[in-house]
Amino acid sequence: MKSLLSQHHFLADPANQLQVLHESIELGVPPFEEKLKLANAYPLRAKQVEILQINVGKMCNQTCKHCHVDAGPDRHEIMTKETMAYCLQAVEKYHIPIVDITGGAPEMNPHFRWLVESAAALGAHIMVRCNLTIILANKKYHDLPEFYRKHQVEVIASLPFYSADRTDKQRGQGVFTQSIKALQMLNAVGYGQPESGLILNLVYNPAGAFLPASQAELQATYQQVLWEEYRIRFNQLFVITNMPISRYLEYLLATGNYENYMLKLVQSFNPSAIHGLMCRNTLSVSWEGYLYDCDFNQMLDLPIRSQAGHHISQFSPELLNQREIVIHQHCYGCTAGAGSSCGGQIVKS
Amino acid sequence: MSNTSHYYNAHDLAKFNEIGSFQPSLAEKFFAYYGEVFQDGALTAREKALIALAVAHAVQCPYCIDAYTTESYSKGWNEAQMMEAVHVAAAIRGGASLVHSVQMMNKVKEIAM
Repeated sequence: MKSLLSQHHFLADPANQLQVLHESIELGVPPFEEKLKLANAYPLRAKQVEILQINVGKMCNQTCKHCHVDAGPDRHEIMTKETMAYCLQAVEKYHIPIVDITGGAPEMNPHFRWLVESAAALGAHIMVRCNLTIILANKKYHDLPEFYRKHQVEVIASLPFYSADRTDKQRGQGVFTQSIKALQMLNAVGYGQPESGLILNLVYNPAGAFLPASQAELQATYQQVLWEEYRIRFNQLFVITNMPISRYLEYLLATGNYENYMLKLVQSFNPSAIHGLMCRNTLSVSWEGYLYDCDFNQMLDLPIRSQAGHHISQFSPELLNQREIVIHQHCYGCTAGAGSSCGGQIVKS
Repeated sequence: MSNTSHYYNAHDLAKFNEIGSFQPSLAEKFFAYYGEVFQDGALTAREKALIALAVAHAVQCPYCIDAYTTESYSKGWNEAQMMEAVHVAAAIRGGASLVHSVQMMNKVKEIAM
């Protein structure tokens, strides 16, 4: 499977994705702005930046069907060491407590380990969004569990289901088996084990055109199946709703599910999820160093609305706090049901 | 008589809560009860979704089949488990017909020489 970009697909252009999303209004999906107004939450404003989410590139060893980044082996855009240094300067100067490193497969960036080591030296809590299979993809990655352990990295690992069929349908043939092996390697160095302090969280997202079930319910099933069948332990399951953008949008359109999915998101709109939206305390940095309210806005090329600079080299929290967050129709994905964020469901049951 | 070309419309499922516009107080009580039934209890919400899927097939409600197929799948039940649940419904429906044949046999014995 190739990325949308390599296919020269019309949805590879963020402007075309935004046009499709805008046209959802004609299908009966009210503008997201209207929903926020009814909930007395418009304009949506940012709070203090607590998480710097650094997307170090679109290069990946997998080509998942739902990927909002349109990442894959055929993508070569990656962050330079110079841009990483700007990120680290911001973390140090403004004491940003959490650094969340994502991709693509972030480990494929040749400066990835330097970034982790440097952020750890600054005392930041580091989270890495790991696709698991990268650990086994090449001998040079086999020591990643030990590297993560050494720097006390919180590993957030993608495992969209606890069986091979749904996982492989979404992420590629053989991914489940490799993911299980990688999880066992992480467990072996202490990840997910009681009292180890090494956090291993898993990420579930639906393999299809439906919204996720309750996080607590799915976590209980994951824990039971993964332990009984594979002796795997983990800390928490983060349940994430698929955003109707990029490759997931392409899937929805190609299978005739787009209208129903958008309407389902609107019917499931939950005003109580607004307060905990991740865009309010997270700042997303692109591989080129540009700033966005979230990783989804980054992929839709919707930069932050700020009088300050739009690049990490110009980072100034005073000018970014209270900024108006840029919204569009895809934002329904984060407010549906129990809400959705990079840390899972927003409204805890 | 309504001038619609068919009796079932997939979009009507989303209008279920609108039944309250004709009789609010009973609808309110029904939806409160409905919501409570599907909470975790002695059975989990996950188990209840699979039961609802089987019952949906027994009562042959296309709205319910639509809703509880999605609900069961999203709660992690797989295709084989969902089909087995439907077979349970089918077995009970078939058995319900066949067990009445005892009544037929009894009647035959009553009237036959």
